Order: sequence, then C-alpha cells, then structure tokens
Amino acid sequence: MTTFTVNGEERTVDVPGDTPLLWVLRDELKLTGTKFGCGVAQCGACTVMLDGTTRRSCVTPVSTLEGANITTIEGLDTPEAEAVQAAWAKLDVPQCGWCQSGQVVSASALLYEIPNPTDEDIDNAMAGNICRCATYVRIRQGIKDAAKALET
Amino acid sequence: MMKTLTRLGLIAAFAWAAPVGAETVNGLRTVDEFADIADESERSVALFNELMVVIEHPRCLNCHPVGDVPLQGDDMQPHQPPVVRGVGGMGAPGMRCSTCHGAENVTYTSGDGSIPGHVPWHLAPIEMGWVGKSATEICEQIKDPARNGNLDLAGLHEHNAEDGLVGWGWDPGVGREPAPGTQAIFGDLTQAWIDTGAVCPTT
Repeated sequence: MTTFTVNGEERTVDVPGDTPLLWVLRDELKLTGTKFGCGVAQCGACTVMLDGTTRRSCVTPVSTLEGANITTIEGLDTPEAEAVQAAWAKLDVPQCGWCQSGQVVSASALLYEIPNPTDEDIDNAMAGNICRCATYVRIRQGIKDAAKALET
Repeated sequence: MMKTLTRLGLIAAFAWAAPVGAETVNGLRTVDEFADIADESERSVALFNELMVVIEHPRCLNCHPVGDVPLQGDDMQPHQPPVVRGVGGMGAPGMRCSTCHGAENVTYTSGDGSIPGHVPWHLAPIEMGWVGKSATEICEQIKDPARNGNLDLAGLHEHNAEDGLVGWGWDPGVGREPAPGTQAIFGDLTQAWIDTGAVCPTT
C-alpha cells in the first residue's frame, strides 16, 4: 500500500511497488489527462508535478511515492498554468493534442521559475517534450503570450 | 594452434610475474599487482594509469563532459532528450535532471533497459570535465583544489572510495556496463597512488 496526495486529495493504492505512477494515475485513479507516449522518459507526454518539480511519471515507481505530493494536468491551477492554458486555447496550440498535457505542465513549471523566459530558456525547459504534430512554433508563442499575460 | 599456445604462454608469463594473491577484478588491476615496480614514482604513475581505466570508462566520462551536455550509454552518445548543464549541473528550470532521474535505477516497464537514478544526480562541475583530456591533464586537474572541489588528497580518496554517485558507476542498472573493478578497489588504488607520492604521468 502506498499513500500520497494527488491534486490535493490523499489517495492510497495497493499495487506492486514497481508499478509506474503513470499506470496508477490512468488505470487506478482514472486520471487520464496524463498520457502514455514512450514509456522510457524520452517524450514528456507523461509529465506531472511531483513535490514541486516536473517529473516523468512513466519512470516513477509507486514505491518511491510514499507521502509525495503529485499534481496532474487535471489539478494544475496555478496562475502560470491558467495563463498557459488560456494562451493555448487562444492560439489553438494543440493539433492532435496527445502531448499537450505534458507540454502545459512543463511550460507552467518554466514560467513559475522564470516569469519572462528567453528562447533559450524555453528550448532548455521544453526540449524533452516532443510533439508529433510539430506544433513547436505555437508552443513557443503560447509560452511567450502566457508570460505577457502574467505581467499584467 | 600456435597463436593459442602463444596466448597461453603470455597469460602464464603474466600470471607468474604477478605477486601471489594479486588478482585483476572485472578488468581492473589491484594494488598488489603493482608491488613489483621497485621505483616508487614509477609505481605511482602506474597506479594512476590504472585509475584511468575507471576514469575513462563511459560510466564516469559521460557525466564529466568538458561542455554543457552530458553523454549517455556505453557508446557515449549525446544525451537524449537534449539537456543542458544548468545551475549546479542539475539541469534547466522546467527540466532538471530529477525530472527523469529518480532515487534509484528504474527498469523500464514497457521497453528494454533502464533509466539510471541516484540522489543526487548531476553533472560534475565543468572544471572537472575529463572528456578528450590526457592522463597527465586529468591527473593534474584531479590534484588541483581549484579544480577538484577544494579537496586535499585525503578528501580525494574519500570521494573515490565512498561517494554514492561515484559508486553508482558499479551499479548502473540494466543495459549499461559497470565500471571496471569495484569501488573498493578504485579506492585502494587511489590510496596507493597517494601513498606513493601521487605522481602524475608525463606526456
């Protein structure tokens, strides 16, 4: 049994310790906003917030999560996340949308640490979030628009 | 047949030359194997060259780059996904090393291999970069407190013999070759090198 907090709610799961957090989120807790992309920490689709930093849930065994604080796309409600999601909607950033929850989590984490990121900051933070539709230009613009919105 | 006999002869000759009890472990010679080098400075240089067997292994070199990008794998390719050194060698805001690397090696559930892990997980500082450098350069760098994290030789021994992230090199998880020998032997070789004057190879 492992007990942790997901989106502000304490949850206990009874699964083998090597079960990845992504499996637990989707199959046990039915939080399907977080996506499976590659399973080997190469694409970023499964990104969540774990104890305040980004984390690839596909390579996070549940045995390491006792007492952890996890936020998924469903519970992400920081000012940065709200600004990112507003910019995403305004610019129609997603195409197929599969990678977008991971993109939004990473972009929000970047803006929390660097409110006005340069192109290099964006490259460094987002390089691990792959988009098969290649919406990278809109993702970059969305982050910049969100940064501007957060200034006001 | 002749080649096989020659090889056997060479192996026998080396076995005869080594002191009793000396035994190479997983490709790393042990301190006893240097006992027949009478000159202390020569022995010290030989010991450092043996340390280089570990230092130049991919498990060590991959995270001691001279630039801002780590390498990965036994074939030492640039890290994928592309990552940068960042503050303290911990990665960039939004994508730190810990975004993917956890407290332990994690075997993939849905693929071959594993993702390495240890706390902490980070690049060696750039002044400790080794890739492409000679044994002489690395030796002088390792002894220089300005470039080794302000360690004296005792501190250097402790780092090599006991540091957890150094030790990860011998427990790298599925899909990666461990560093030669063991961390204990690496520590013993370091101590023997120090005890013989910590002499560096010359080019």
